[in-house]
Amino acid sequence: MSNIREAFKNGKAFIPFITCGDPDLETTKAVVKEMVANGADLIELGIPFSDPTAEGPVIQEANLRALTAGTTTDKIFDMVKELRQDVKVPMVFMTYANVVFSYGTEEFCKKASEVGMDGIILPDVPYEEKEDFVPTCKKYGLDLISLIAPTSNDRVKMIAGDADGFVYCVSSLGVTGVRSEITTDIGGMVKLVKEANPDIPCAVGFGISNAESAAKMAKVSDGVIVGSAIVKIIAANGKDSAKPVGEFVKSITDAIK
Amino acid sequence: MSNSRGRFGVHGGQYMPETLMNAVIELEEAYNKYKNDPEFNKELKELFDEYAGRPSRLYYAKKLTRELGGAKIYLKREDLNHTGSHKINNVLGQALLAKKMGKTRLIAETGAGQHGVATATAAALLDMECVVFMGEEDTKRQALNVYRMKLLGAEVIPVKTGTATLKDAVSEAMREWTNRIDDTHYCLGSVMGPHPFPTIVRDFQSVISKEIKEQMLEKEGRLPDVVMACVGGGSNAMGTFYNFIEDKEVRLIGCEAAGRGVDTFETAATIATGRIGIFHGMKSYFCQDKYGQIAPVYSISAGLDYPGIGPEHAWLHDTGRAEYVPVTDDEAVEAFEFLSKTEGIIPAIESAHAVAHAMKIAPTMDKDKIIVITVSGRGDKDCASIARYRGEDIHE
Repeated sequence: MSNIREAFKNGKAFIPFITCGDPDLETTKAVVKEMVANGADLIELGIPFSDPTAEGPVIQEANLRALTAGTTTDKIFDMVKELRQDVKVPMVFMTYANVVFSYGTEEFCKKASEVGMDGIILPDVPYEEKEDFVPTCKKYGLDLISLIAPTSNDRVKMIAGDADGFVYCVSSLGVTGVRSEITTDIGGMVKLVKEANPDIPCAVGFGISNAESAAKMAKVSDGVIVGSAIVKIIAANGKDSAKPVGEFVKSITDAIK
Repeated sequence: MSNSRGRFGVHGGQYMPETLMNAVIELEEAYNKYKNDPEFNKELKELFDEYAGRPSRLYYAKKLTRELGGAKIYLKREDLNHTGSHKINNVLGQALLAKKMGKTRLIAETGAGQHGVATATAAALLDMECVVFMGEEDTKRQALNVYRMKLLGAEVIPVKTGTATLKDAVSEAMREWTNRIDDTHYCLGSVMGPHPFPTIVRDFQSVISKEIKEQMLEKEGRLPDVVMACVGGGSNAMGTFYNFIEDKEVRLIGCEAAGRGVDTFETAATIATGRIGIFHGMKSYFCQDKYGQIAPVYSISAGLDYPGIGPEHAWLHDTGRAEYVPVTDDEAVEAFEFLSKTEGIIPAIESAHAVAHAMKIAPTMDKDKIIVITVSGRGDKDCASIARYRGEDIHE
């Protein structure tokens, strides 16, 4: 059991995502601190992957920038260790199965836990394959976060019933990226999750781009996840991203709290 | 791993986004329903025989045999199929299945363009919409096939991400599938990806080894000593091996694209240089760095230029039932030219990788031994790039 639930004790949770090492790890550190200072409740740290099949163009490009800059899993562990001296909110990694598996699932989870991570999100590991990772995650006190999608239907009960940390509700079909409108019945989705697992927090992600859409999603869930909209600010501001990202985060936290 | 489906030893599985899980489960259910359905099989057989031109010939390559001076060599002529490669076998099966499932749109990835052309062809025949993802690099290497797909009514989307080759085309097709599932079937072109694709594609391609067996028994009254094929994802090789897996006396050899050599970074030989990983929906062997980043592989052949291998091949390698050997660009180009000159058969540069390895082993074997090489496709599409490789610039 990790500290992830703490993030949901302070009203609606705001969960920003950034790709580590975009454009470099010093900037990542500065951005994380600024996001926490502006009310972020849980930080989602992307470990870049060469072929991020669940991402739209914005985060694909961030992955490429980070890898081109020489970012590696080991350098990210070192960065998290330093960050943990100041940052107290829970943090989870978001990456792909091969990044963890290839490092050695045991070794990866051990190090992630040692440097102070609380969980892992692997978008290419569905319920059927999670046994590859869950026992090792549990051994080191990490939550493997489960995702449900608009297409999950009869699978929601099985997935939510067995979920740890929080449930990541994917708002829309397709890959990550800002959307002008979210048409899925998120309220209905959250209700199904709660029927199966009354205590599990539900956070909504994919396509949330501004304070208005965040507020709308927060009304029907326990928290919102924003990725591409923040990564876009980093793409435009490079090493000077901390301040503009902080301002953006504040606009969201003001809107949902 | 109690919940995992579609395993070949430790390999395989369904490492897919949750968004697509019900889609692959529905596909598996539909496949299980139709695979033994007499009506479905009658329709498929009719398409195979009347439209694709099956059975394909098992041709005794007398001159090639004489030139190499060893084992007797037969060529399984998948190059003579409609659309010019083995890809049509799988595509007709999947398109028919998709149609039964009520899908109206096919999407596909393609490397050399052979699978894209086959999918565009099936879509035209069965009145379906078709969108093909192709690495931008490959659209240049295989411009003729891009034109063929457009002519057949398909939309071709050049993929610019990553290395702009086959793996990026697969990633982009997967992304598109998560975006539009209801009316769309992802017609995956090889024995790879999440379950049930490796099994479905293998079953539709296994017609190759079923025919080889029948034809060989008829011509020689016995089974061959060696069957061999080129391997990228591995669909023509899996089709060539499948009905011989239980015949332990038959050697199975898969020929991987070594590019500029397995001791260089410019290679696509997965078994020779890769290690176990999880990518594109499956656990299998992949070319990757120490942090699990997928390697930017290289081969002169756009169809073999893929950093992974199908999970059943990975398992056949683990158990030692099949052997996998690397073949370089140079060797493949030589074989491409050699087969053209000796037999008047221009093989696809992919298939030339298998011919190249046969050129190495046939002379070392006794004259009463028999080798079957699957010529997976025809080489017309490769003429311009092989000419370039030899320093000659021709207009396509």
